[in-house]
Amino acid sequence: MDGVAQRGAASWENGTLAPVDRLRTERADSPTPGLVEGTEPGAGQKSAMFIHAQSFEDLTAAAEQEVGREAELDQPGECGEDLKVLVGEQAIEEQHNSDIASESRPKEEDVSSETWRSHRKHVFVLSEAGKPIYSRYGTEEALSSTMGVMMALVSFVEAEKNIIRSIHADGCKVVFLAKSPLVLVGVYRTCQSDKELLRELQYIYYQIVSLLTLTQLNHIFKHKQNYDLRRLLAGSEYLTDNLLHRLDRDPGLLLSAVTCLPLASSARDVVSSSLQAAKSKSLVFSILLAGDCLVTLVRKKDQFLHHIDLHLVFNLVGSSSSFREGEGWTPICLPKFNTAGFFHAHISYLEPASKLCLILVSTDREDFFNMSDCKQRFLERLNKRSAYQALKEAVKCPSYSVEQVGIPELRHFLYKSKSSGLYTSPEFPAVYQSDEEQERLMGLYQDLHSHLHHPTRPLRSFYRCSETENLLAWVTSGFELYLCFSPLGTKALAVSAVNKLLKWIRKEEDRLFILSPLTY
Amino acid sequence: MGENLRGGAQLQNDTLRKSLRTLKVKLVLLGSSGVGKSSLALRFSKDEFRRTSPTVGCAYLTRVVHLRNVTLRLEIWDTAGQEKYHSVTPLYYRGAQAALLVYDISKRETFIRAQVWLKELEKQYIPGSTVIWLVGNKGDLATHRQVSVEEGQSLANDRGLFFTEASALSGDQINELLLAIAHRVYECIGVQQEGLSEWKETPLVDLRNRDKSSRLASCC
Ligand SMILES: Nc1nc2c(ncn2[C@@H]2O[C@H](COP(=O)(O)OP(=O)(O)O)[C@@H](O)[C@H]2O)c(=O)[nH]1
Ligand SMILES: [Mg+2]
Repeated sequence: MDGVAQRGAASWENGTLAPVDRLRTERADSPTPGLVEGTEPGAGQKSAMFIHAQSFEDLTAAAEQEVGREAELDQPGECGEDLKVLVGEQAIEEQHNSDIASESRPKEEDVSSETWRSHRKHVFVLSEAGKPIYSRYGTEEALSSTMGVMMALVSFVEAEKNIIRSIHADGCKVVFLAKSPLVLVGVYRTCQSDKELLRELQYIYYQIVSLLTLTQLNHIFKHKQNYDLRRLLAGSEYLTDNLLHRLDRDPGLLLSAVTCLPLASSARDVVSSSLQAAKSKSLVFSILLAGDCLVTLVRKKDQFLHHIDLHLVFNLVGSSSSFREGEGWTPICLPKFNTAGFFHAHISYLEPASKLCLILVSTDREDFFNMSDCKQRFLERLNKRSAYQALKEAVKCPSYSVEQVGIPELRHFLYKSKSSGLYTSPEFPAVYQSDEEQERLMGLYQDLHSHLHHPTRPLRSFYRCSETENLLAWVTSGFELYLCFSPLGTKALAVSAVNKLLKWIRKEEDRLFILSPLTY
Repeated sequence: MGENLRGGAQLQNDTLRKSLRTLKVKLVLLGSSGVGKSSLALRFSKDEFRRTSPTVGCAYLTRVVHLRNVTLRLEIWDTAGQEKYHSVTPLYYRGAQAALLVYDISKRETFIRAQVWLKELEKQYIPGSTVIWLVGNKGDLATHRQVSVEEGQSLANDRGLFFTEASALSGDQINELLLAIAHRVYECIGVQQEGLSEWKETPLVDLRNRDKSSRLASCC
């Protein structure tokens, strides 16, 4: 293993910088990709689609900065009356809801057993009163005393005006995240850094907020400290379960980025402009997904979507088959946009068996029929264009093979353009076909990521040899790159591959990225 | 796209019925989660049964039912029944001409919960403007029955509701129920001045197969 801290190791680091607003064709021809944010392959030509933040750091920042937003949101404050009713309702309901909770989750597991202990990542969510809210494995009931101990630890340290962050013991890490009124605790057997683990807990926190809003959470616990929040989360635990699963497998969550469906830019432009034309006063974001890939995103001028919010939308749509029937209409809080209010999302598939799912995010909960109308207008427009056929073809093969890049010994890579917040990655090659192998590779990437983003000693590049593969990670102000080579590769080969890969991505960026995001 | 072609052909067959008015009926499904509301909605709109994950928020589906001298376009709102959505649920049942109160005959607490829903519904509705139907679903689970037919029937009698036991899984009583609802809504509300509003065909919604015509038409 060797790491190069804060020092560029390749001569091409000072390559020519392509101006941001150059024409696409020129950019594609540029011999040396720009390495400064905004000029790297995949950088958007106009403004970025996402909130432009130091994405990763943003996540772990101690203080939440709530940015004022223009769009008017549905404030759950007006539901105060309903809430009081909810908080005070009879015992029969408690009974009923806990039945559902245990029934819909076949996770009865003996919490004193060895198998329970041996899970690699445990996650617990509790209230500040120490009441269990969520546990990944085993039922919350069985774990209530464990969670009580956790809460005792948190309060004990807090009493001394301190914050407990983590405990390391015996190959095991316990990481704490106190986000009033919730406390999240992760118990891990992994070599990921505390920072990475905190990032994962943050996602879980945002998942819960996105279901209820922070305002509602605060309201509930202010009125009834030992409220059993599982009543309100009943029937949604699978979202948290799935998000945890994604955290182990989805490079997008690791990179704080989103991947796009590879599609000819001419076709994507038609899809985007059709979506742009189907606008409505209350519409803030129109998002078209193909499975876990973004096809296009159109947003209201000056309103940005944060990648975390987009990942929560991906998780919602990907976890639930209920949107397949008819048209879905659901309140959703996008916590990085605004933790206080609900948006209302119209969610539907373009065709019955299609992977293409359209999400129209509106500020108005009464606007269902308007949104339904927008979707129809979009479909009508799209149906008349050949681009729709091209899109449907593209959905059939949503990825590409690493062979297309033509770099010997290269097995897989992740490339993120920092300014656009988008990443690209080929499909997993034959050696990583099984779920375990894919998770193992993701684990290796996570490890590299930890080193590049180390809180006190971040590395610019990192090369690592092992018996099963050689890995290279590289970060500049413009991009982040992770490469996986066969164990036959050499370091020299890896370094020279970087340049070749960047050129290939530059050549393909039209297809792999969304270069000209639209606003209404 | 296949569905458009089918929709188009359907349209031509339907020109025979053009002289009939099409009235909109808002129908909501209420009840605890897991009782089979979404499964009933899918039966109503496509006559299919599939296992799906719990409803998020609510879902909107449609179904066209032809009666002898009128066509009804049922606009079905399937709600999630989860507690976190309770504060928004009244939005969905506001102005509904038909409300289906669903319970699971194999789970007593869902029957008790249906009565809580009923109370809430009664707070909101104007007598004579909503047909309320008590539906005991999962009739196929008779061996695990926890609520007898008599109990269901007597609750319905006491509160002036209609009552049916059905099974979304087997399809038993589904068409009968749909048709009966259509008839009742038309009888009770359709005859009133401005009881039901007319549905205007717009090219936007015509082409959808969600407007699948009812095969029940012949039997009435
Ligand atoms: N045996 C049986 N199961 C049913 C029936 N209807 C629905 N289910 C099952 O009950 C569960 C909940 O159904 P769902 O429609 O999602 O209920 P909802 O939460 O009220 O919308 C699913 O597993 C369905 O497959 C039925 O008539 N009989
Ligand atoms: Mg449902």
